[in-house]
Amino acid sequence: MTNKMIFAGFGGQGVLLMGFITALTAMRQGKNVTYLPAYGAEVRGGTANCTVVISDEEIASPVASNPDYVIVMNNPSLVRFANMVAPGGTLLINSSLVHGEIKRDDVTVVPVPLNELAHELGEDRSANVIMVGALAQATGVLSIEALKEALAETGLGKKPKVLELNRRALEVGANTARQALAKEKSA
Amino acid sequence: MKKVFEAPKSLKDNLFHYCPGCGHSIIHRLVAEVIDELGIQERTIGVPPAGCAVLAYNYFDVDTGEAPHGRALAVATGIKRVLADHVVFTYQGDGDIAAIGTAESIHAANRGEKVTAIFVNNGTYGMTGGQMAPTTLPGMGSTTTPGGRDVVRDGAPLDLTQMLAEAKGSVFLERVSVATPKGIRKAKKAIKKAFQVQLDGLGFALVEVLSPCPTNWKMDPVAAYEWTDKEMTKIFPVKVIKDITGYDKD
Amino acid sequence: MGEAAVRAGCRYYFGYPITPQNEVPEYMSGRLLQVGGTFVQAESELASVNMVIGAAMAGARVMTSSSSPGVSLMQEGISYLAGLELPAVIANVVRGGPGLGNIAPAQSDYFQATRGGGHGDYRTIVLAPASCQELCDLTFKAFDLADKYRNPVMIMGDGMMGQMMEPVEFPELIDPADLPAKDWTITGAKDRPSRVILSLLLNPKVLEDHNFKLVRKYDAVTREETDWEEYMLEDARQVVVAYGTAARIAKGAIKRVREMGLKVGLLRPKTLWPFPDKPLKELTRVVRQLLVFEMSAGQMVEDVRLAVEGQAQVHLYGRPGGVIPTPDEVAHQISHYYYQAGLMDKDQPSGRLGGAA
Ligand SMILES: Cc1ncc(C[n+]2csc(CCOP(=O)(O)OP(=O)(O)O)c2C)c(N)n1
Ligand code: SF4
Ligand SMILES: [Mg+2]
Repeated sequence: MTNKMIFAGFGGQGVLLMGFITALTAMRQGKNVTYLPAYGAEVRGGTANCTVVISDEEIASPVASNPDYVIVMNNPSLVRFANMVAPGGTLLINSSLVHGEIKRDDVTVVPVPLNELAHELGEDRSANVIMVGALAQATGVLSIEALKEALAETGLGKKPKVLELNRRALEVGANTARQALAKEKSA
Repeated sequence: MKKVFEAPKSLKDNLFHYCPGCGHSIIHRLVAEVIDELGIQERTIGVPPAGCAVLAYNYFDVDTGEAPHGRALAVATGIKRVLADHVVFTYQGDGDIAAIGTAESIHAANRGEKVTAIFVNNGTYGMTGGQMAPTTLPGMGSTTTPGGRDVVRDGAPLDLTQMLAEAKGSVFLERVSVATPKGIRKAKKAIKKAFQVQLDGLGFALVEVLSPCPTNWKMDPVAAYEWTDKEMTKIFPVKVIKDITGYDKD
Repeated sequence: MGEAAVRAGCRYYFGYPITPQNEVPEYMSGRLLQVGGTFVQAESELASVNMVIGAAMAGARVMTSSSSPGVSLMQEGISYLAGLELPAVIANVVRGGPGLGNIAPAQSDYFQATRGGGHGDYRTIVLAPASCQELCDLTFKAFDLADKYRNPVMIMGDGMMGQMMEPVEFPELIDPADLPAKDWTITGAKDRPSRVILSLLLNPKVLEDHNFKLVRKYDAVTREETDWEEYMLEDARQVVVAYGTAARIAKGAIKRVREMGLKVGLLRPKTLWPFPDKPLKELTRVVRQLLVFEMSAGQMVEDVRLAVEGQAQVHLYGRPGGVIPTPDEVAHQISHYYYQAGLMDKDQPSGRLGGAA
C-alpha cells in the first residue's frame, strides 16, 4: 500500500516539521518513505509545503500529483491543493483558519479546529502535533506510540511534561478525526 | 506644504525584498539620492552583483546589467570603455568583491578605471545563508566556521579597501557605516564624492559601507546596528583610506 | 553525500558557497573537524578546484561540490585533472540555467558534464543517482572509480535530491591509512627518484601518445563501468529513458499508465558517461518507441538517438528552467505517444489518458 500526502500552510506553522515527523515515524515503523520539502523563492513568499510518501513497496516518485491526503493549514493552501486530492482521498483542514468553500463531493473532509483544541490543551504550539494525531487516525498507518517516539527523537518532547502534552495532543487529534470520520460516514 | 520625505526619482516604486533592518535598503536609497542630486539618472548604468542585492535592478530606476558573481568590475570596465561619457557603478557584497572577485577588483583599481564601486560589507554571505565571508570578524559565527572564525584555520578578515590603496589607479577610497544617523549622512557624502570623481574623470573610486545583516548575524535589528557600530569598526575603522582627488576638504 | 564521502576516506574538502548545495560544505566543515580532516572555504570555485588538484597530487582522497555556475568556473581545473590523470570527486547539484538562472532542480548541465566542459580530448566519469541511498552509494563508489582510473568523477544531482530525505544505510567508515598506496604522487623524493606530474607535452607525438593512452583508459571505463537500471522492461512496447530525479518522476508515471494497461518500461542510466548505449541498442530489437524525459530542453536525447542508430523513434519530453513536471504530466506524454504509435491492444478498453501534449 502507498500513501501520498501533502502538508501545506504558512511558513511559521510547522508544516515542514509535521511532514518530517510523519516520515520519521513511518520510517521507524519499517516503511519506505520519502520526504520532499518545497523550498526556495516559493517558501519565502510565505507558504510552505512538503510531500511525504509512505509505502510498503519501493517508492517510484517522491512528487505527488494526486495525493491521498492533504493537510491544509491556511486558506491559500486550500485554493492551491484542494483540487489535487485523489478521488476518494481525504482533506484534513485546520478549520480554525480555513473557511473557504470545498467544491468537491468525492473527497472526505476532516475539519480540525486546531487553534481552539490547542488552546484547550493549554499550549498553542501543540497545534501541529494535534494535526499529526488526526492524520494518524485518518490514515491508520501511523501508530501513536511510534509518533511519540519520533517526537522525542526530534527533540520536541524529551521532558516528561512535554512528552505527556504531546501524547494528549496526538490523542485529541485522533479523537477529533475519529468523530469527524464517523459523522461523514453516517451522513 | 513642503514634502519632507520623498522617494528618490532614481528608485522604482517597488517594495524592498530585503529583511527588516537590512543595510542594503538604506544604501540603495543613498545611492539613488546621489544619482538624483547629480542629475545623472539618464546616463547612469548600474552593475548589480550575485548576492542579496542581485535584485537591485528592481529598485534602481537606471539601466542595469547583470554580472557573474565577482565579475562586476570587469563588466563595468567593458561598459565604461564603450560609453566613456556615461556613469558606471557597481554594487557588490563582500563575498563578491573581496573573495571571488578579488582579482577583478584589484586590477580595475590598478588600471584606474573611471567607475564607482559601492562595496557593501556585512561580514557574511547573506544570499547563500550565512557562510563565512572574507570580512567575517575573528570569533564571529558562520555556517562554515564551527566555533566561530578561527584566524589560524580560516584566515583573518581581509581589508580589501586598504589593499586597493596600493593600486596606483585608485583615487578615492573611503569606509563608512550606516549604523547611525550620523554615519548615514557621512556615507551619503562619500558616495556622492565617489560619483563626482568619476564625473571628473579622475580614476577609480570606491566606498565601502559597513552594513548590518540581522538575519545571518542572528540578531534583532537594534542589536545588529549596535554591533556594526561597536564591533565591526574595530577591525574595519570608518575613515578615508585614500584621497588624491585634490578636492577641498570639508 | 558528505557523510558517504567521509566514510569513503575523503578527508579533504575545498569549496565555495552556492545554493542549492550549501548543506554539503556546511556539513563538511563540522564533520571533517571530528575526523581530523581539513575543510577550506576557498575564495572561489576556481580556487576550490585547484586546491583539489593539489590535494590529489599529494595523494589524498579529495572532493569539492558546487552548483551549475560554480561548476562552469571549475571547467579549466577539470580539464587539468583529466590531463594530469588525477583522481578527484566533483559533485554538481544542478540548478536552472543558463547564467545565474534560478536555484530550482534541473538537468541542464548534461552536455557540460558528459562532453567535458573544459578544453582538450578528455572524459569525466559521470554518475547520476536517483535516490538518497544511491547518492550515498555512488558517492562512495566515486572515490573508488577516481582512484582506480586516476580520473575525475562527477556526481550529478539536483536540488530536489539535495532537499529530499529518505532512509539511508551508510557503509563502514574507511580509514584513509588503510587505502592502497599510490606510486605516482608527489610526496617528496626521499629514497626514490623525483617525480613530475604534468600535462604540458610539447612534442606532438608525445601528446598524441598520451591522448591515446587516455582513450584506452576511457575504453576500459566504458567496458567495465557502464551502469543502468531496467524497470518493467520485460513486456514493454514503449520505453522511457530518464535519469536522476526525472527517472523517479517517470517511474511514478509508468505506474499510472500500467494501471491502465499500457505496457511501458524505463531504462535509467546510472552512468551518464559512459552512456549505456549498448542496452539501448539491444532494446530496439523489440521496442521501437522511446520517450526521453529530461529536465532540460533536450540534451541526453542526443545520446539516445546516437545509441539507437535510427532503429527506434525517439521522442522528447523536455522541461527546462527548473520546472519539475508531475508524474501525471509525464503520464500524459507517455500515453499520447503510445496511442499515436498504435501500441495499444486491440481490446484495450479505455481511451487516452486525458488530452495529451
Ligand atoms: C560562480 C558562483 N559561485 C557562487 C555563487 C553563489 N553566490 C551568490 S551570492 C554569493 C555571495 C553573497 O555574499 P556577498 O557577496 O557578501 O553579498 P551579500 O548577500 O552578503 O550582500 C554566492 C556565494 C554564484 N552565484 N556564482
Ligand atoms: S540576508 Fe542579510 S544582507 Fe541579505 S537581505 Fe537579509 S539582512 Fe540583508
Ligand atoms: Mg556580504
